[in-house]
Amino acid sequence: MRRFTIGFAAAAAACLCAGQALADAATTSTGGGVAAVNGQAIFQHVCQGCHMANARGAMGAGAGFPALAANPKLEAAGYPIAMVENGHGGMPWFNGMLSDAQVAAVVNYVRSHFGNNYKDQVTIADVAASHGAAPVTER
Amino acid sequence: MSNSQKAAQPTRRQLLTRIGITAGSVAMYQAMTKLGHAAGTDFTSPPDLGGAKPGTTVLVLGAGLAGMLAAYELRKAGYSVRVLEFQNRSGGRNISLRGGDTLTELGGATQTVNFAPGNYINPGPWRIPYHHRAILHYCKQFGVELEPFLQLNHNSFVHSSTTFGGVPQRYRDVMSDFTGYTAELLAKAVNQNKLDQPVTPEEKHDLLFAMQTWGMLHGKYDYTKSDLVSRRRGFAKARGGGPEGMPIPSDILPRGEVMKSGLWAWMAFYMDYDMQTTMFQPVGGMDMIGKGFAKQVGDLVTHNIEVKKIAQNTEGVTVTYKDMANGGAVGEAKAEYCICTIPLPVLSQLDIQVNAAMQEAIAAVPYASSVKLGLEFKRRFWEEDDAIYGGISFTDQPISQIAYPSHGSFSDGPAVLLGGYMFGPAAYDFAGMLPEERIEHALMQGAKLHKRYYQEYMNGVAVAWSRMPWTLGCCSMWSEEARRTHYKALTEMDGRIVLAGEHASTIGCWQEGALLSSLSAVTRLHKRAVGSA
Repeated sequence: MRRFTIGFAAAAAACLCAGQALADAATTSTGGGVAAVNGQAIFQHVCQGCHMANARGAMGAGAGFPALAANPKLEAAGYPIAMVENGHGGMPWFNGMLSDAQVAAVVNYVRSHFGNNYKDQVTIADVAASHGAAPVTER
Repeated sequence: MSNSQKAAQPTRRQLLTRIGITAGSVAMYQAMTKLGHAAGTDFTSPPDLGGAKPGTTVLVLGAGLAGMLAAYELRKAGYSVRVLEFQNRSGGRNISLRGGDTLTELGGATQTVNFAPGNYINPGPWRIPYHHRAILHYCKQFGVELEPFLQLNHNSFVHSSTTFGGVPQRYRDVMSDFTGYTAELLAKAVNQNKLDQPVTPEEKHDLLFAMQTWGMLHGKYDYTKSDLVSRRRGFAKARGGGPEGMPIPSDILPRGEVMKSGLWAWMAFYMDYDMQTTMFQPVGGMDMIGKGFAKQVGDLVTHNIEVKKIAQNTEGVTVTYKDMANGGAVGEAKAEYCICTIPLPVLSQLDIQVNAAMQEAIAAVPYASSVKLGLEFKRRFWEEDDAIYGGISFTDQPISQIAYPSHGSFSDGPAVLLGGYMFGPAAYDFAGMLPEERIEHALMQGAKLHKRYYQEYMNGVAVAWSRMPWTLGCCSMWSEEARRTHYKALTEMDGRIVLAGEHASTIGCWQEGALLSSLSAVTRLHKRAVGSA
């Protein structure tokens, strides 16, 4: 059983500031922020919704979600950091939703699991240096 | 503010800002309604596409509402239109699920819907504001019957896990008490000249009168337990007839808890322009709209077509595709123009020959993740036990909300409610679960609002939009920066190709946005085709 940690303070902050609210989203509540702190938990609670539990991605309408498993693009740690922080194409930005520590943890986790075996660890400072202010989501 | 500024009279905006800061947005809104300003979407009438050269060819990619509307208007004007669609159905995100339907998501999980006959859930759009003029227009034109969608229900629950002992409160009680306390604070501040700038005597009089009436205040502007207040929040002992019919007023909630609960957020929710009543839904399911459109243009649509490449030159557009109904045979379709409604997470991975600015724009707008659950129960316990007829209960749990059917009140037998609808972190989390896990979590959380949830549960379906192969997400998620940088490039016609869909509008995530972007696209395409642009 996976456990949810509820923090209304976080939800209120999210709904009033980060504004993950979308037009036909009946709610501005996001049910709290991302509570997970370790890389594996962050992967399970955030990433596998698209990249799948085995990190192998999936193909849909001639397009899909790339595999993170055994992905040579992860060799340069700056690439996954930038993708997580800034997004690109179907990949949303997580700058503002995940902390620098969370991004570092999940990047380290993915780069050392699923057939990836990169030994160098990214630091919180590496992540902090990789991005500016969080984008403001339209309400 | 310094005393030296006291002499200056506040402007109306300054006054409103001050009310907003002092008393919160609700009071601000209340005060603002005296000024009154609003505008609907920019739809006025169907486009006039007169003077088209008959037989000019247009390829439309995608048979969602945007694509089908483009096909309808263009054919009507004399164009020769063909629509290519990835799915084996038309309608796109305009979809309803009923008993017998199956849904296979990325990752391979297949759900079979087991709802009783007549029951359905709308996993995509589910309500239409009264001012979304375009979709209302075409519903009427295509004979799609609409009924009221019950949006605001004062008797629904608002639930904070951390205040009021985690006990769900009625919207009505929180609304009454938040309003009353806010009015009390503001009225006392005004009455005691404690605002940081002077208000004219006239404004002071008006404000005090407004706060007293709006907040149901007594005496020296006190919000207290009383018959008066209970006429808003309900009595502890209900009103009745005869000698024993005298009511007893209800207790009000503690002010600190009301403010701390954050439940006032749900009052603000209903104030959003797109969330205001009156709202509508099609009778029988949202997909009645898609079906109504398909009745008009279904003969133009080829299903099971997976677009691979969209190329153009000065002569026209060539779309290369795989025909999945014929073993993936590669084919080509040519036309003079192309309207592309393919969702951006898919389009950003296809080979499309447009200018660099449009390419960048296509890759700059990810789609939000969203999850919706339809749960069927043996009976309408929310009506029979809780007197909740339609509307939405909100919770700070990940499911975010439970919405009750607007139709079929008082009927016996199984009924379906929306057992969760979420965006953001909660949606990412739910999308990563197996469908049965999503339902398990939704039941666990819903049971905090409805005691009989588990006992009455029958079956359910959990739709994670990021795992729908044909959209890879729910709807466009624009940042303000992306809107400034990329919106123009995304929406402007490039050569013979123009994009349409909710992502190419400023009413994102709504069907209205899809339709208005489509009307804009066909209008500009037409001008171009007849040589006037």
